[in-house]
Amino acid sequence: MSDPTRIPAAESPEQFPEGRSLWSDALQVLLQNRAAMAALIILSIISLLVMIAPFLSPYSYDFTDWDRVSEGPSLATGHIFGTDALGRDLFVRTLYGGRISLMVGLVATTVSLVIGISYGAVAGYLGGKIDHVMMRIVDILYALPFMFLVILLMVLFGRNIFLIFIAIGAINWLDMARIVRGQTLSLKNTEFVEAARAGGVSTARIIRRHIIPNLLGVVVVYVTLTIPQVILVESFLSFLGLGVQEPMTSWGALVNEGAQEMENAPWMLIFPALFLALTLFCFNFVGDGLRDALDPRDRSR
Amino acid sequence: MIRYALQRFLGAIPTLLILIGLAFIMIRLAPGGPFDAEKQLLPEIEANLRAAYHLDEPIYQQFGRYIYGLLQGDFGPSFQYRDHTVTELIMSGFPVSLRLGGFAMLLALIVGVSLGTLAAFRQNTATDYTVMGAAMTGISIPNFVMAPLMILVFAVYLKWLPAGGLGDGSIRNLVLPVIALALPQIAYVSRLTRGSMIEVLRSNFIRTARAQGLPMRTVIIQHALKPALLPVISYIGPATAAIITGSVVIEQIFGVPGLGRYFVQGALNRDYTLVMGVVVFYGVLIIAFNFLVDLLYGWLDPRVKY
Amino acid sequence: MTDTLLRIADLNVSFSTNDGDVHAVKNLNFEVSAKETLGIVGESGSGKSQTVLALMGLLADNGRAQGSSIFEGRELLGLPTSELNQIRGSRISMIFQDPMTSLNPFIKIGRQMSFVLTGHQGLSRRDALRQCKQMLDAVHIPEAQRRLDMYPHELSGGMRQRVMIASALLCQPALLIADEPTTALDVTVQAQILQLMRELREEFDTAIILITHDLGVVAGLCDRVMVMRNGECRESGSIDQIFYQPQDEYTRELLAAVPRLDFEQPQPQDTTQMPVPTKKDDRVILLQVDSLQVFFDIPGPGIFSASQTLKAVDGVSFGLVPGETLGVVGESGCGKSTLARGILRLVNVTGGRVCMLGNDLGVMSDAALKAARSDMQIIFQDPFASLNPRMTVRDIVAEPLQTHQPGMGSDAVFGKVAAMLERVGLERAHMNRYPHEFSGGQCQRIGIARALIVEPRLILCDEPVSALDVSIQGQIVELLIELQASFDLSLIFIAHDLAVVQHISHRVMVMYLGRVVEVADKHALYTNPQHPYTRALIEAVPIPDPQLERRRLNRGLEGDIPSPLNPPSGCAFRTRCRYAKDRCARERPQLRMSGETAVACHMAGEI
Repeated sequence: MSDPTRIPAAESPEQFPEGRSLWSDALQVLLQNRAAMAALIILSIISLLVMIAPFLSPYSYDFTDWDRVSEGPSLATGHIFGTDALGRDLFVRTLYGGRISLMVGLVATTVSLVIGISYGAVAGYLGGKIDHVMMRIVDILYALPFMFLVILLMVLFGRNIFLIFIAIGAINWLDMARIVRGQTLSLKNTEFVEAARAGGVSTARIIRRHIIPNLLGVVVVYVTLTIPQVILVESFLSFLGLGVQEPMTSWGALVNEGAQEMENAPWMLIFPALFLALTLFCFNFVGDGLRDALDPRDRSR
Repeated sequence: MIRYALQRFLGAIPTLLILIGLAFIMIRLAPGGPFDAEKQLLPEIEANLRAAYHLDEPIYQQFGRYIYGLLQGDFGPSFQYRDHTVTELIMSGFPVSLRLGGFAMLLALIVGVSLGTLAAFRQNTATDYTVMGAAMTGISIPNFVMAPLMILVFAVYLKWLPAGGLGDGSIRNLVLPVIALALPQIAYVSRLTRGSMIEVLRSNFIRTARAQGLPMRTVIIQHALKPALLPVISYIGPATAAIITGSVVIEQIFGVPGLGRYFVQGALNRDYTLVMGVVVFYGVLIIAFNFLVDLLYGWLDPRVKY
Repeated sequence: MTDTLLRIADLNVSFSTNDGDVHAVKNLNFEVSAKETLGIVGESGSGKSQTVLALMGLLADNGRAQGSSIFEGRELLGLPTSELNQIRGSRISMIFQDPMTSLNPFIKIGRQMSFVLTGHQGLSRRDALRQCKQMLDAVHIPEAQRRLDMYPHELSGGMRQRVMIASALLCQPALLIADEPTTALDVTVQAQILQLMRELREEFDTAIILITHDLGVVAGLCDRVMVMRNGECRESGSIDQIFYQPQDEYTRELLAAVPRLDFEQPQPQDTTQMPVPTKKDDRVILLQVDSLQVFFDIPGPGIFSASQTLKAVDGVSFGLVPGETLGVVGESGCGKSTLARGILRLVNVTGGRVCMLGNDLGVMSDAALKAARSDMQIIFQDPFASLNPRMTVRDIVAEPLQTHQPGMGSDAVFGKVAAMLERVGLERAHMNRYPHEFSGGQCQRIGIARALIVEPRLILCDEPVSALDVSIQGQIVELLIELQASFDLSLIFIAHDLAVVQHISHRVMVMYLGRVVEVADKHALYTNPQHPYTRALIEAVPIPDPQLERRRLNRGLEGDIPSPLNPPSGCAFRTRCRYAKDRCARERPQLRMSGETAVACHMAGEI
C-alpha cells in the first residue's frame, strides 16, 4: 500500500500493489492540462455564484428600481453590473439567467444522453436488420432542419421551459445515438467480449462489465461537449425572444436586450455576453482536455 | 453511380414527407389561428376566410392538397402578406440569403482550411496555440453575441461599415453579416482540418513518401491534402445547416431582408403557409446539399463505392 | 568486403518521453558493403527499426540520433532535409512492414509511383509511368499496365508489397532497406516476396538491409547477420557463422526459437513429452464436428442490391479425443478462425453439428450450453485486444470462474486466480494490474490463465502466437504443451504456418477456402504430404539453415488466395495448382483416404 515496488509478504489480495487503471492514467493527464484545470475552476466558480445568487445582492431579479433606469455599473448603488431599461439589477439578473442556462444545459443533455445511449446501445448490440432500420430512422431525422422545427414548436406552444428541455434534448440525441452505436458495434466484436461470450458470461453482465465501462470515456467526453451546445441553442432561442418568459431570464435573453440597448447601455450587452462566452469557452476546454486524456488517438470529430 | 443517385433520391422522399408532416401537424395542433391577430371578425367572415384557405377541410385533405401544390412548385398563398404567394416571398428572400450564406461558407472553408493546415504544420508552437485559441474563442462566442459587438465597434464607434440593411446593395453592406455568420464555422473548420492533418501526417503512407525523398511540398499537396480534407468535406453538410440557422439571427440583427427574417416573422404571426414553405424549402436545400457532399466524398475517396 | 557503402559508427538513438530519456540504440557500429545483404535480427524493442529510421532521417519528433552514418562518403546524420531528399528514394530506398497502410489509399498506384521518378529524375509524367510499368513487370505483377490505374485497396497484401518494392527500386538505389517486409504476410506470400528480393538483388546489384525478428527469414537471403538486443549489437558475422557457430548465448536462444520443419528425425521431445493418444476407437470422443457450415450474408452495396453469401466454413468434419492436439493450418481467409468460432457458437452456424461428449450443442437449452461452455475455452490471436483494458488481471481471470461457479467465495476465487497466474508463469502480485502494463507475451499468458481457470477439457487456440516475436512464440507453445499434459487438455491449435503447429500437434488439418483439403497424423503429413497445397505450405516455410535454404529453389505457390465470395468452380485450389487438369474445374474433389491421409484431390497418390 505504501511502496508499490515492494511486494508485501502477506497473502491477502488487498495488499498487492495497485495497478494503474486507464482512468487513473487519464486523470493524471487531465491534472497536468493547465488550460482544462483552469477552465474547470472557473466553471466551478460560475456554478457556485449562480447557485448562491440571491444572497449576493440586496436586489431581487424582478425588482424594478425606477430611480435607476439604465444606469452604468457602480459600486455605490450596489448595482455592480448596472441596471437594465426597467431599472432591474443586472448582476442578479445575469446570475439568474445563468441558472436557467446551466440548468437547460444539464437537463437537456441528460435527456439526449438517456435517449441516445439507449437507442444507440440497442441498435449496436442487436445489430443486423434492427440496427439497419433504427439507423435509417436516425439518417432520416438527421436531414431535418431541426432548429426550425424547434422554433416552430416554441412559437406555437408558448414559451415553456420544459418544452425547451425536451426540444433541445430531442435534437442532440441523434449524435449521441450514432456515437454509442458505432462504439458498441466495435466493442461487440472485440476479442475480450468474444472471450466473455465463450466463457458463458450472460448478456447483461457483458454489457455491464465489458461494454459500458469502455463506452464511458467517449460518453463523458461527448457530454462535456454537448452541454455548451445545448446552452448555445437555448441562448439562441431566447435571443429570438422564444426562450424563457419575463421576468425570468436567461443569458440569451439578456444578450438580446443588451443588443437593443448597446449604443447607450453597452454594459447590458457586455456582462451577460461575457458570462455566456466564458462558460461555453470553459466547457469546450474541459471537453477537449478530457478527450485528450481519455482517447488520445481519436481527435477527429 | 446513377443507381446510387436514384437510391438517394428515393431515400429523400420519406425524409421530406416526415418533415412536412411534422411541421403540418404541429401547426394544426397549436392553439391560436392565423386570424386571431385581427380584430374580432364576424363569424360569417371568418368562416368564409377559412373556407377560402381550405382550413375547414379535414386535416388529411389539407395535407394532400398541400403536397399536390408542392409538386407543382406552389407553396400556397401567404396568410399574412395577402398580396403575395409564399413562392414569391421565398423567391424574393432566397437570393439575399444565398448570397450571405454562400459568402460565409466560402470564407469559412478557405480561411478555416488554411488556418488549420498552418496550425498542423506548426504543431505545438506559438502559431498553433494562437490559431487554436482563436478557434476556441470563435466556437464559444455565439454569432448573436459577436454580431452586436461587431456593429458596436465597426459601425457605431469606428463608422467603417454600415450597421445594417442592404442599403444600395453594395458589397460593403454584406461584410459584417458575412463575417459574423462565418466566424464560428471558420473556428470549426480550422479545428477539424488541424486534427485530421496531424492524423494524416502521422500515417504510414506519409512516412513512405518521406522515405522516397519527395520534397515536402509534394508530400503535403499530393499525398496529405486530400485525405486531410475528407472530414472537412463531410462537415459541409452540418455547416450548411448551421449557416442557415445562423442566418436567421444574423438577418434579424443586421436587418437583412432574407428568408430567415421571413421565417421568424412568419412564425410570430402564425403565417402557416409561409412558415411551412420556408421549412420545406430549407429541408430540400439541406437534403440536396448532403447529397452533393456525399458525391464529392465518393469522388475524393476511392475506397467509397456507390 | 572492400567496397564499403554504408558505415555506421557509434550510433546512439534516444527518445525524450514523459518518463525521461529512453535509449533505443546504444553505440552501434556496423558496415554494409556494396551488393551485400545484411540481416538485422532482434525482438521488438531491440532498436533495429530505429537504427535505420535514424539514418533515413525518419525518427519521430521526440527522437534524436548521435554518432555517424556515412553513406557513399556523405554523412547522413544532421544533413538538411533538402539534401537528404536527394539521397532517400534515390540512392537509399526503404520498404515497410505493413503494405496495407504504407501506400497512399487515395492515389492510383501508377501516380504515386511516378512521383519518385518525376521528383528525383525530372522525368515527364508519361516517361515516368512507362518506367513504372516496366518495374511492375520486373516484380512479376501480372497485367502491370492495368494495375497502374488501380488504387491500393484493389490489390492483395502480397501485391501491395510488390508495388512497394517496385517503387523502392525505381531509381536503382545502391541500398534497399526492408523493415520486416514479410511479417504482416502469409507464409506463402512471404516465400514469394523473399524469392523476389533474391532475384532483384542480382538484377539490380542492390545492397539490402533486411530487418526481421525471425532468424528463419534471413537464412536464404543474407550474407551477414547482426543480432541486436536492447539497442546493442550482441553478435555479428557471416550467415554461416551465426547459424553454425553462434558465439552469443542470446543468438543461440533466438536460433532455438525458430520454428522449423524437421522431416527426417522426429524431435526428441515428441516421444517423451507428448504421447500420441491411443486410437480413437477405444477412447471416448471429446469433440465431434460433422459437416459444419458457417455462411455469412454480405449485404450488397445498396439497399436494393442482392446480398452475397460468403461460405467461410463449408462442410468441415473431424473428431478429437481427450488429450489430443489438432493443428489447423491455412492462409488468411481460409476460414480457420471462423471454424473455431462456429464450434464455440460465437457465430451462427448455418449447417452441420458440433457435439461435445456426445451432446449436440445446437439443440441445447441456454442453461445447458452455458454449462457446456465451461468445458470449451478459447485463446485469441491479439493478446491486447482479448483483454478488457478497464479490468484488472484478477477480474479478467476470475470472470469465467464467477460465471460457472457463482457460489464460490471471493477468497477461494482469488486463491485460485493467484495459483493459476503462477501456473502460467506470472506472479500473484500482478493481480491488481491492468493489461496495458504487460508485454504481449505476458498478456497471452493472462489469456491462457483465463481459459484454464474453469479447468476445461478443450481449448481452441486461434493463432495464439502469430502476433508475438519468434522468441516468445516458442515459450508460449512450450507452456501450452506443458499445461496440456498436466490438465489432460485437448487443443485445437490454429496457425497460418505449418512450422508453428508441427511441434505441438498430433494431427494436422489443412484448410483452403472454407474446406478441408488434407488431414493426417503429423508424421504422415509432414513426411508425405498428399495435397499440392500442403506441399506448397511446407515449401513456403523458411528453413533456418543457410546452406539448405540456398539450395531450395522452387518456392511453391504463385498468386493469391481467391476471393471466398466467388470461389473457383470444382476444386477451389485449381487456380494456383500446377497439376490442375480439366477435371479439377468441373468436379469438386471429396476427402478420401490415400494411405494414412485423408485428402481432397483428384490426383492424390498420383503426384
